[in-house]
Amino acid sequence: MPIVFVIPGALRPLAGHRAEIRAPFDGGSLAQALLVLWSEAPALHDRVLTERDEVRPHINVFVDGVNARDGGGLDARVGADAEVILLPAVSGG
Amino acid sequence: MPNVQHISPVSGDALVLVGTMKGAFILRSNSRRRQWDVGGPYFPGHAVYALAFDARDGRRRLWAGPNSMHWGGMLHSSDDFGRTWTDPVAGNVKFPESTGATLKQIWQVVPGRASEPETLYCGVEPAALFVSRDAGETWSLVEGLWDHPQRPKWQPGGGGLCLHTILLDPERAGTIRVAISTGGMYVTEDSGATWRPSNTGVRVPFLPDKYPEFGQCVHKVVQSKTRPARMFLQNHWGLYRSDDRGETWTDVANGVPSDFGFPIALHPLNDDTAWIIPLESDEFRCTPEGKLRVYRTLDAGAQWQPLAAGLPQEGAYETILRDGMAVDALLPVGVYFGTRSGKVFASGNEGDDWSLIADGLPPVIAVKTALV
Repeated sequence: MPIVFVIPGALRPLAGHRAEIRAPFDGGSLAQALLVLWSEAPALHDRVLTERDEVRPHINVFVDGVNARDGGGLDARVGADAEVILLPAVSGG
Repeated sequence: MPNVQHISPVSGDALVLVGTMKGAFILRSNSRRRQWDVGGPYFPGHAVYALAFDARDGRRRLWAGPNSMHWGGMLHSSDDFGRTWTDPVAGNVKFPESTGATLKQIWQVVPGRASEPETLYCGVEPAALFVSRDAGETWSLVEGLWDHPQRPKWQPGGGGLCLHTILLDPERAGTIRVAISTGGMYVTEDSGATWRPSNTGVRVPFLPDKYPEFGQCVHKVVQSKTRPARMFLQNHWGLYRSDDRGETWTDVANGVPSDFGFPIALHPLNDDTAWIIPLESDEFRCTPEGKLRVYRTLDAGAQWQPLAAGLPQEGAYETILRDGMAVDALLPVGVYFGTRSGKVFASGNEGDDWSLIADGLPPVIAVKTALV
């Protein structure tokens, strides 16, 4: 089973209009998992992370349903067949 | 997503570039400037503080710096008046790792001098200046300003700690002035290697020392292209003129209902003529008495007269922000401003008469002009 990244609508044009990206992954940290995503869709990197390699404050990354902010951040453990969902936070005006 | 309308400019047309909290719009008219087409919204949902038109070297290139609360911001360009925009794979305006800083907002993008057609400048929050020497492909931090020993003492204003004004001296190639809220105006005379504050005479009501070397909350500065010694400055309280390239400033708030305001615009050929839009008090920040009035001086600030023909004079509690007013390069000069209530007004006769040329837009945060 590959890792599955679920891409938010606003970023799909930068990911080949894919709603999901599946790729082989051996398991590891969320930071390592995201390296797989960047290799598939490089333009997502700077939209999701700041230049300090921190997840932008109004983006949430869920790993198997758990918000990574509550589960170790970029050090959170991600399984080889995890589902990683990128979601914009409910914010704005 | 919204249905995007496009404009089709031809040579000689006038453009008004309008940045809003929810995207950018482009207004087009012929040189008579009576009927306006509206293109947009471009970058829907993004705040667009920075807009520019680069006509150097035969280009017809629009620049925009949209910023998303979610996805951050970067510079995009269009060579077809907004029908298509570049969408860089990687952020093109980024702080070096050594700074520890993170880009919050692109506030200003300015083409360099005609003699350096591949150069552009960009002002951002947190307050910093970036430069590109390859027509916007890559950008680098101007470290001389970032490393200035006074920078840690700069404080954010209501809009954040932003570098919002970039003035390239028309006669001195290595001289650039920038304005920072709240840091004041700074000048370099060696192309950015070293900088010094240039705020002598500009009062700071919110500090114990009313005339400090730096720390002014300058809202906008303009410089004459025909006589560069002449400059005007709209401060956070205070309206000033300089006749020595900003080395010293003299208060010229003569006859205005308030010396608080954000934008200021200067006639492109007559440096005695300028326009401001005073706002009431520091707290309210709306047009005084519910009357939307532009004030114009014809004598370098000795007097300011209200201009109200065609502008609402009842219940018009409007706010016009620092980049919300601009002039064009036609004669008679066109003057344009946009409000936080989403209206854009235009005058084709230097402010004598006004008309509403766009309404119902998101809050306007930037107005720029261009001639095709």
